[in-house]
Amino acid sequence: MKIILGNSHPQSLFAQRIEALSRQKLFACYQCGKCSSGCPMAESMDLLPNRVIREAQLNNGPVIMSCRAVWFCSSCFACAVRCPKGIDIARIMEAVRTLQMLDGKPITEQPFCEDTGTLPQIALISHFRKFNM
Amino acid sequence: MPEGLRVGYFPGCTLKTDARDFESSALAVARVLGIEVAELSRWNCCGTVYSLDAVNLMPRLASVHNLIRAEEEGFSEIMTLCSMCYNTLKQTNNLFTSKNNGRAAINDFLCLKPGYSGRVKIYHFLEFLREKIRPEQVKSLVVSPLAGVAVAPYYGCLLLRPKEIAIDDPEKPEILTPILSALGAKVIDFPFNNECCGAYQTAVHQEAVARRAYRIISSAQSEGADMIAVSCPLCHYNLSALQGLVRSTHPGLKAMPIVYFTELMARAMGLDYRTEIGVIPQDVAAAEARLRPSPNDPGREALK
Repeated sequence: MKIILGNSHPQSLFAQRIEALSRQKLFACYQCGKCSSGCPMAESMDLLPNRVIREAQLNNGPVIMSCRAVWFCSSCFACAVRCPKGIDIARIMEAVRTLQMLDGKPITEQPFCEDTGTLPQIALISHFRKFNM
Repeated sequence: MPEGLRVGYFPGCTLKTDARDFESSALAVARVLGIEVAELSRWNCCGTVYSLDAVNLMPRLASVHNLIRAEEEGFSEIMTLCSMCYNTLKQTNNLFTSKNNGRAAINDFLCLKPGYSGRVKIYHFLEFLREKIRPEQVKSLVVSPLAGVAVAPYYGCLLLRPKEIAIDDPEKPEILTPILSALGAKVIDFPFNNECCGAYQTAVHQEAVARRAYRIISSAQSEGADMIAVSCPLCHYNLSALQGLVRSTHPGLKAMPIVYFTELMARAMGLDYRTEIGVIPQDVAAAEARLRPSPNDPGREALK
């Protein structure tokens, strides 16, 4: 099977949308894996961050739209400061979250923890703003 | 004592509730250092997180409102204590200082003419101390040094990343070292001091955050730390309140007191700052036991 990479290809709809939302160069990624190796939430993710980018490059819509990894990203920017190609991966994760929300995916699949009453406001507000916009 | 150091102060939601000790200790420290901290007369939530969506500018408006108010009140510099407020305000301010970034759209939407200038400088208290206060000044005010106390500074993410807003080297932060050394503490460097604690994931994915807390706390412990000093209310919550949950999977983990760096400064300077809210009892008890000055310590008595 012939796979054409690049955002100008008419079939690369997801890649185009992600690039537009994040203003990041998806195709600059050469899969070194540095983002995934330093990601604090990697062990909880179903797809590692570099894999999310690879699937987006391949325009693999079903995988992108069903991946739960983006909901574990805590936007700590460790990937962004380490990326040798200058890609802000946190912005790509946010773009995928936005696409999933626009697609009407359940926004928070997991209920809040039991002791929400003890959570500081910043935990609740930042959670709402990241996951419910 | 330097004269005429005045700075605007943006507190943010949590500093007025869960993290009141952070605010009260920081204000007490600023007072003795001769810094006039003027709280903005009106402020609203900063938004807590900077939206990464390049298209939708709406989530940035909360921060923009605060910056406009700061400028209207005549502040050229404002300071925050919370790392999240710092990060959000600073990144939003950067929108207005660089080109092609939505600045015009935001000013148009808010019907602002000539628009917000982007000229307010945003400081985190740590950065403010580094630029305006010499460590010797801190040292001269110490009345009960933290001698023999091993403190591990923990920076987390939002003071260091992304690069454009970093107050220190994102991979090897040391901004707290001169302050803690001036207080007489032994500063413990540990590899997890710039790793994320899991942040707001604590609202839904507490087990994942507890795994982070375990890594961070056990790393500091293995380097010999007695306590961890933080500068963010969310890091404070994740590292202290989740210790019980951590212990359900790692029963051997010893209790680790988590304190704000300003609390250590206030303690060493003999300042009374304690408030009622925002105190996690077992944590304070452990920290107090470690920090209690010896009976023949004259410093604390002298200040009473």
